[in-house]
Amino acid sequence: MATHVETPTTRSSLWSRRPQFLTSSLLIYAALVFWAFVSLFPIYWTITTSFKTAVNVTQGHLIPFVDFTPDWKGWRSLGLSPDTIFAQSTVRDEFIRRFLNSIVASSGASFLAVLIGSLAAYGLSRFSYKFLWMKNKDISFFFLSQLILPPVVLAMPFLVLYKHVMLLDTLVGLILVYTLMVLPIVIWIMRDQFDTIPVELEQAALVDGCSIWGAFLRIVLPIALPGMVAAFILSVILCWNEYFFAALLTSSNAKTLPVMVASQTGSQGINWWSMAAIATAAIMPLVLVGIFLERYIVKGLTEGAVK
Amino acid sequence: MLHTIPQSLGPVERMIVPPGSARRGKLLLVAATVLLFGVLLAQITDVAGVTSFGFVSWRPLLSGYIIWAGALCAAQVMIRGEAGQRAAFVLPAVLFTVAMVVFPTVFGLYIAFTDWNLSAVAGRRFNGLDNLRTLFADRYFWNALLNMVYYVLSVLVQYAIAFGLALLLNAEIKARKFFRVAFLLPLMLSPVAVSWMIGKSLMEYRFGPAATLARHLGWDNPAFFSTPWLARSSIIAMDAWVSIPFMMILLLAGLQALPSEIKEAAKVDGASGWQSFKEITFPLMLPVSITVIILRVIFQLKLADIVINVTAGGPGGATDTVSSFIFREYRDRSNVGYGTMLAEFYLVIIIIFVALILKGASRWMQRDN
Repeated sequence: MATHVETPTTRSSLWSRRPQFLTSSLLIYAALVFWAFVSLFPIYWTITTSFKTAVNVTQGHLIPFVDFTPDWKGWRSLGLSPDTIFAQSTVRDEFIRRFLNSIVASSGASFLAVLIGSLAAYGLSRFSYKFLWMKNKDISFFFLSQLILPPVVLAMPFLVLYKHVMLLDTLVGLILVYTLMVLPIVIWIMRDQFDTIPVELEQAALVDGCSIWGAFLRIVLPIALPGMVAAFILSVILCWNEYFFAALLTSSNAKTLPVMVASQTGSQGINWWSMAAIATAAIMPLVLVGIFLERYIVKGLTEGAVK
Repeated sequence: MLHTIPQSLGPVERMIVPPGSARRGKLLLVAATVLLFGVLLAQITDVAGVTSFGFVSWRPLLSGYIIWAGALCAAQVMIRGEAGQRAAFVLPAVLFTVAMVVFPTVFGLYIAFTDWNLSAVAGRRFNGLDNLRTLFADRYFWNALLNMVYYVLSVLVQYAIAFGLALLLNAEIKARKFFRVAFLLPLMLSPVAVSWMIGKSLMEYRFGPAATLARHLGWDNPAFFSTPWLARSSIIAMDAWVSIPFMMILLLAGLQALPSEIKEAAKVDGASGWQSFKEITFPLMLPVSITVIILRVIFQLKLADIVINVTAGGPGGATDTVSSFIFREYRDRSNVGYGTMLAEFYLVIIIIFVALILKGASRWMQRDN
């Protein structure tokens, strides 16, 4: 860290203290602003480019209303500009289908993963199992080790198997794969969540005559809800952005947004405004999620990993 | 295990399973198993041409498995009572993962030893170790593997930057919430969108702002993807942009969990900022740091989306990751058998590599304590 500055000892105490304080905090803020710029500029650039015409792109205009006059061109090509929003548009229909596919696939998979993941995490956190040679630690490791598995290993077998069970190019198939992908993370987060809940609460419920499942559903679940929300949001983000499986396992019916973005932006004809519009529309939901649900994302990420 | 609920906690009568229930449970399990194997047998004979049930697909077997899994969970509860109820918590996840991972991986091993090109008429044909021989002679695969070394090493640079950012966010600053959200946002974006936003427009040779900036700084020919090292660095930079927030958030949480008294004490003792970082903060952060780095390395080994969408491995395979290489093997050349062999081989390498890292990390931590 370069924030510490040697105090010049020759000057008077008043002058030696103030500049040091000022420079170090100045450096901190400069670094912060610099990185905020690095983080935000690509997003800013994409959003503004979706309102540019060809001239503005080639001349490198950056600031709307100052450099250039915003134009709906990019959004018109998507059928999402004010003058085309009520008109018939095949591109928009396509886009909305992909968008809905993404929503269904990511939320469905996250829901399923949080459901079976929470159950497993609760079991692993509370009871001691023994299955053959496997104890709790081994079962946990079995789940976590799925994180290592690269998608390429599963992609081809899934392609072949899905063809045989008619799940290729269906949302159900995609949901199953995504569930598998996020399940280890959900189990990791939730096991930690359950570990922090005092066991006495359930013991009291058990003594009162609750069954194990009753105690879990009535006592533990409400307390663990924030953790489940965090796990759910994190899963949605991961599934929403997933490209590899979606590109291989879907073709027309169940194609998700990233696949559409990739196929649109992959073509070489530089049609910047419409590509920027698609990219903007694709990232907007998650940018909003990031801004408004940041607390949960941070909670989900830090649960388990930092202890 | 402080948190486990002892076995003999509840009233005694709950432990006793009525004999009728146990019998019904066994009956259910047997029936479901018979059904599953019956369907399996019917489907196999149907495919072999012995019988003609007229199955269109293997879907009945899938339904059979789902029914069997459900019956297994129910039977556990009926036969073993409370112990079964405990087992029913983990069983769904275990059955799901086994079905989704173990079966495809084993099936993949079979595919890996066949010569199978989807676009060829010949269909699937067992060819023994031919794929493995091709693999060892495949210059592009080893090249991709070498690239993975660079990509994995870049995690250390990302870690350094992320640690710096975490320290900045942990300092006494105003508008911390704004900066935290701003720093987090790249993590939210899909790598595919990032590929266009940064790789194909910001870094575009003619009009991209990054290229324009580079020209202003005196670089006449800012083609970010022209030479191997340049292209690789550009991919690494893009990947860093997306994944630094992940490390940063974890490190920040670690910093905030540090006891503040220790830093206070260091300040009182007259340690400078750098000294207190080197002597106190960094050593205390080691466990978190190692977790973060290992997690990131595991994710980095799957890196593909950005490479597929920005350079497609070029120039001359300089930016190829193993995943993106296999992806093209599948999609452009439809070479299923060989691609799967590459993937399985890569999996073996990864497992060995990660196991070594984990072992090394745990040994190192023990020695440190």
